[in-house]
Amino acid sequence: MKFSVMVNEGPYTHQAADTAYHFTRAVLDAGHEIFRVFFYHDGVHNGTRMTTPPQDDRHIVDRWSELAHDHDIDLVVCVAAAQRRGILDKDEAKRNGKDGDNIAPGFRISGLGQLIEAGIEADRLLVFGD
Amino acid sequence: MYVNRHAPHGTIYPLEGLEVALIGAAFDQDVSMAFIGDGVFQLTKGQDTADLGIKNCAPTYGALGDYEVTKLYVEQESLDERGLELNDLMNLTWEDEQEDWAEKPSIRLVSRAQLSDLLEQQDVILNF
Repeated sequence: MKFSVMVNEGPYTHQAADTAYHFTRAVLDAGHEIFRVFFYHDGVHNGTRMTTPPQDDRHIVDRWSELAHDHDIDLVVCVAAAQRRGILDKDEAKRNGKDGDNIAPGFRISGLGQLIEAGIEADRLLVFGD
Repeated sequence: MYVNRHAPHGTIYPLEGLEVALIGAAFDQDVSMAFIGDGVFQLTKGQDTADLGIKNCAPTYGALGDYEVTKLYVEQESLDERGLELNDLMNLTWEDEQEDWAEKPSIRLVSRAQLSDLLEQQDVILNF
């Protein structure tokens, strides 16, 4: 079965990002397909490589990046939500005259059309977070 | 269907939810919106956020008809529980191309049971 995942909460404050990650892993482990993981609202904070949690805690951002690398998963951060919250890739940083970018490896910034497409293309779209 | 559950300006969910609804409509999807719980406050008349220093997204609901978002289901019980009636909500309309652009109301009052049936019929439901 083909799944899409939407993550609406940032890391650490709520469990939603953890649950979304574990669900995504479980989907892959069970031999199903992930069409896309889309990050919206505060969920865009899952995609900053500046995250540096204590060493004895899980690294939520790196975990996503590794998943994207190992399984070729499409991790998409909503551009409008990202700009509000200071998540930028090189192009967005340049376009907005910022002095640096912070997007994590394996993530890309794109529009809400990617969420709509994720809903259309997948058999199930699961939403994590409030 | 986009299900709106939050009061208008205390969180960003209504505003970012509207953005998704408009993009969904632009992708030629059969878009409808439901307003339940405190979400019904999103449609109330006379919203003014000037003193809050927050962007007022209420006027955007008036543009939904132009994007062919013409089905705004408002749960009657949620209105009742909050002492609201249809008259307290914005007069949102759409123009029906099939009937010589006749102006029709977008807001449709539905019972909790009817809304439950509508939810059952959806391919994709997003909560905001």
